[in-house]
Amino acid sequence: MDKIEIGQHISRQFNEELEDIRNRVLEMGGIVEQQLSDALQALADSDSALAEVVITNDYKVNALEVAIDEECTHVLARRQPAASDLRLVVAVIKTITDLERIGDEAERIGRMAMHFADAKGDRKLLMGILHLGELVSKMLHDALDAFARMDTEAAVCVAREDLKADQSYESILRELITYMMEDPRSIPRVVDVMWSARALERIGDRARNICEYVIYLVNGRDVRHTSLEQVEKQARAANRIKHKDE
Amino acid sequence: MSVESGLISEQQQTTMKEKTLTHGINLAEIDRADTITALRDVEKAIHVEDLDLYYGEAQALHGISMPIARNHVTAYIGPSGCGKSTLLRCLNRMNDLVDGCRVEGRITLDGNDIYDKKVNVAELRRRVGMVFQKPNPFPKSVYENVAYGLRIQGIKDKRKLDDAVEAALKGAALWDEMKDRLNDNALGLSGGQQQRLVIARAIAIEPEVLLLDEPASALDPISTLKIEELIYELKKDYTIVIVTHNMQQAARVSDYTAFMYLGKLVEYSDTNTLFTNPAQKQTEDYITGRYG
Repeated sequence: MDKIEIGQHISRQFNEELEDIRNRVLEMGGIVEQQLSDALQALADSDSALAEVVITNDYKVNALEVAIDEECTHVLARRQPAASDLRLVVAVIKTITDLERIGDEAERIGRMAMHFADAKGDRKLLMGILHLGELVSKMLHDALDAFARMDTEAAVCVAREDLKADQSYESILRELITYMMEDPRSIPRVVDVMWSARALERIGDRARNICEYVIYLVNGRDVRHTSLEQVEKQARAANRIKHKDE
Repeated sequence: MSVESGLISEQQQTTMKEKTLTHGINLAEIDRADTITALRDVEKAIHVEDLDLYYGEAQALHGISMPIARNHVTAYIGPSGCGKSTLLRCLNRMNDLVDGCRVEGRITLDGNDIYDKKVNVAELRRRVGMVFQKPNPFPKSVYENVAYGLRIQGIKDKRKLDDAVEAALKGAALWDEMKDRLNDNALGLSGGQQQRLVIARAIAIEPEVLLLDEPASALDPISTLKIEELIYELKKDYTIVIVTHNMQQAARVSDYTAFMYLGKLVEYSDTNTLFTNPAQKQTEDYITGRYG
């Protein structure tokens, strides 16, 4: 039982409700991915118009968070889900909170992109963070994929990538500090870039959170606030038991 | 779903062979140390060991082994015909009354085999009281219903009877409603009151164990909640085993839950774990309402 089957409930309506919740989370994930990718594009191309689009589109993410939350509340009240159904609803409620925050970070990067474009900032400042942007975009994509496929192995991989994101963030900071020391006039621009780097680093953390919810959803193990080794161990250990059931 | 997959019985057999305090629980679940520790640390009132039960030719219970924790609530859940009521009735030998019923294996209460020939069954049933699905008060006054068991024991002292009736009615959370109606006919009470009266009658003779067979399934939601609240209060003094079709009820009232299917004990663990993260697919399918 390494895969959780949402279908197969005796109540077909319950199947549909859970399936609907899951699909809307993936829809929300898709929008958040697009927002992040647009924000990074706007930053890379100094595209104020695109940055503006990112900022205005954040409401879609917020609206989906509210709608999914409400659906989850209804399922809890009406169905009293148990076991994997309960874990699905709990994992969804937590996942969409993180997705919404990722949306906020993307919006923040959009604002920075607008400043940066308007101020005609030096593009060499962006080298590091565009690389970090690619890394966390992939993390977010893989986290959503792990959620869609309920794949704990993939979830562990994303959690591992978060270390790279953190390291990359540290080195970007060091680099940006040297720019500021070399040329104090660059400080306002560099601070913008620094905030963007910070936003990306946070997105990495939140992608990791989503992966931890996937492990909880599939195995029932809560691996938040544990070491990476512990995350890996729990993801595998629990899987072994579930396979025995087959 | 292949019920005869053998996995469960294999696991149970291994567990039984080990004769540890935790038999009946899947020791294969080594990672679920929390569950096993949970039962290891509590005192047991009853041990069911390798119990088989036959109605004539038909085997209704297959190799059931489970310890039952003292002063806790243990719930049996499972679909109709899975043997949960049959197992419950084994605990005070109510099945002795069924023609052609034969029991193999052992059940011990405080270490003594209750199927031993020397056991006085009436005394056993005093120690292990039972409450049924439909309230069954006697067509007598409230007072006489509760005092009934004590009178049978030969207690005649009016003061003693008064005290015991008051204590039992208080224990069953019925005293405030009944103290001015002690002489009313019990059949005039509401269903929920009747059921609590029956529980008062059961606890008046100070049993050690209370067996509840679907005690709230004929009651409205509010009466059900009162019974559930009562169960929570009663476990301080009694070991309680409850059979229920209502899974949410099992989740609400019990400390440990056993899921049974086709006469076998599929999974037995602490209630929180069973309802959030069961180890067996059969359990998962049942409690989430999936096709088995």
